[in-house]
Amino acid sequence: MDIHEYQAKKILSDFGVTIPRGGIVYSPENAENKAREIGGSRWVVKAQIHSGARGKAGGIIVCDSPLEVAQATDKLLGKKLVTNQTGPEGKIVNRIYIEEATDIERELYLGLVFDRSSESIMVVSSTEGGMSVEEISKEKPETIIRSKIEVAVGMQSFQARELAFGLGIEPDLIRRASDTIIGCYKAFSELDATMVEVNPLVISKQKQILALDCKMSFDNNAMFRRNQVSELRDKTQEDSKEVFASDRGLNYVSLDGNIGNIINGAGLAMASMDMIKLAGGSPANFLDVGGGATPEKIVKAFKLVTMDEKVKVILVNIFAGINRCDWVAEGIVEALKKIEVNVPLVIRLAGTNVEKGNQILKESKINYIEANTLEDAANKAVAALNK
Amino acid sequence: MTVLIDKNSKIIIQGFTGKMGTFHADEMIKYGSNVVGGVTPGKGGSKHLNLPVFNTVKDAVGKTGADASILFVPPAFAADSAMEAADAGIKTCVAIVDGIPSHDMIRIKRYMRRYTKSSKMTLVGPNCAGIISPGKSMLGIMPGHIYKEGRIGIISRSGTLGYEAAQQLKNLNIGVSTSVGIGGDPINGSSFRDIIEKFETDDETDAILMIGEIGGPQEVVAGEFAKENMKKPVIAYIAGLTAPKGRVMGHAGAIVSAYGESAIEKVEILKECGITISKNPSVMGDTVKSVLEKM
Repeated sequence: MDIHEYQAKKILSDFGVTIPRGGIVYSPENAENKAREIGGSRWVVKAQIHSGARGKAGGIIVCDSPLEVAQATDKLLGKKLVTNQTGPEGKIVNRIYIEEATDIERELYLGLVFDRSSESIMVVSSTEGGMSVEEISKEKPETIIRSKIEVAVGMQSFQARELAFGLGIEPDLIRRASDTIIGCYKAFSELDATMVEVNPLVISKQKQILALDCKMSFDNNAMFRRNQVSELRDKTQEDSKEVFASDRGLNYVSLDGNIGNIINGAGLAMASMDMIKLAGGSPANFLDVGGGATPEKIVKAFKLVTMDEKVKVILVNIFAGINRCDWVAEGIVEALKKIEVNVPLVIRLAGTNVEKGNQILKESKINYIEANTLEDAANKAVAALNK
Repeated sequence: MTVLIDKNSKIIIQGFTGKMGTFHADEMIKYGSNVVGGVTPGKGGSKHLNLPVFNTVKDAVGKTGADASILFVPPAFAADSAMEAADAGIKTCVAIVDGIPSHDMIRIKRYMRRYTKSSKMTLVGPNCAGIISPGKSMLGIMPGHIYKEGRIGIISRSGTLGYEAAQQLKNLNIGVSTSVGIGGDPINGSSFRDIIEKFETDDETDAILMIGEIGGPQEVVAGEFAKENMKKPVIAYIAGLTAPKGRVMGHAGAIVSAYGESAIEKVEILKECGITISKNPSVMGDTVKSVLEKM
């Protein structure tokens, strides 16, 4: 789960990281007042969307008067911002964060992620703040300093100091810098985060160390014990079909092809997508109804896939294990009584009681194309598309 | 594979009296697994499915001599249950549960560092289908009848894709020595490398089929291990050629976030390690067959 910049900054500030003064607004009138309240003579108006690279997309505007702040807010609110991370459809701006402008002396990079190789938390830092970490590792890999943190004992002061000295931070600021790094580590480990990225972490001309921009992601599996974090979810930033799916316990990812998929199991779903591609088609979605593939889940899955106007063919591929094909077939027949499907439907059942399952489908008089293997299913789906 | 389970493995069910635990315990017993009891804290002393229920894993191990366990407890309590099993002397533990926080998985693995190699429990999963040694024992939730007895080892992150492979092999009259589902989470109890190493020394296995997917370093690590240390042939399929970068594909661990984690990159690296690639998921069985014919 991702959260907004202003939410991430609030969290970091609770862990002792300094952030510029700022506030969230929802209207231009609000914005003008907020700018006065914050004080100073320059402000940065920042569109809050779940994406980086907002600056290049016009989502960050520097202003010299409260009136300009109001105008910038008016310009951004309700707009769809398209960045290199949002996809062509962009993301809607519903919230604006207004912040005092910072006199920047140096921009650094600080990121924390899970390292799957060492099964520990990795802190990644660089003197080249402002660039994305991908750009840094491509163009200035020599500037990257990593520190692997043993989670059982947590981050130690010396580890944070080593990073701070490595980044060339002046001696007077080392204490403050290492407190900042440890604050980020604590936020990561105490809130079940999967990523914390402060980019840039800046040293201001006034010798303050500030988190100027921040992104945080959290482990969905841990949200049951992190109410304060899960409340920060903003569904307007997610694909509406993906929200529909996640609210109903389905794993769904929207893609840009036209063959809709209903599959049980994440691995089988990815494999089926691969087969579609090999057969010359393109998947409209990834959809895992779960190993169980209960009739209720199948109804929800049909509802979801038929919501997608791109879908020209639907491919159902279920490998029934503990549940049986006859039961899955009954679920499909039930679903098709409730949901109208106006595109060709290819169904492949496999596993327990497959003959019985296919028998039920045949006798139900539903309009479908039967397939026997993965390959057969993909070929028939692509052929149905081309008819 | 006697390294993990065999006909004599004494199995207990953690979360025995719940709906999932009851259903799958029954399936395992029907398959012929030697289930000797279960644990549900607070229900010790009672009987369930005609088997004794214990309050703690230590009690269960003490009274039954259990050496294997399977967890059907909710995600929030799974880490605690896995560590309890490790501490009670269980040798092989399968965590079926999907949804354990990554931070908890790291905690389990750190906790297990206190044991020496010979006394350390093998944890398989979470978010997996479990282990089956066809005709001997099933410590999992898979449909047992699709596995034919034989000499191929299967390791898969995905449950249903593992079933697909077993079915393809069966259709070609090829059997399986043991199939291990290692699970779809970013951090799991046993890696491809851990299991592939066990298969190399297993005298019931001739060749290994490894079914991987996008995300994480594990397939590559196993490939490099195989190149240096293995004599038995390894066949691999990697799912997710069409998966977009940066998106989680169902499994929490199926996300491409670094170099070497996409399906194409993994396939290239595995080829360099001398592993035979099944070029698509519908020819996993055929690819194994062609490798066996060359042996």
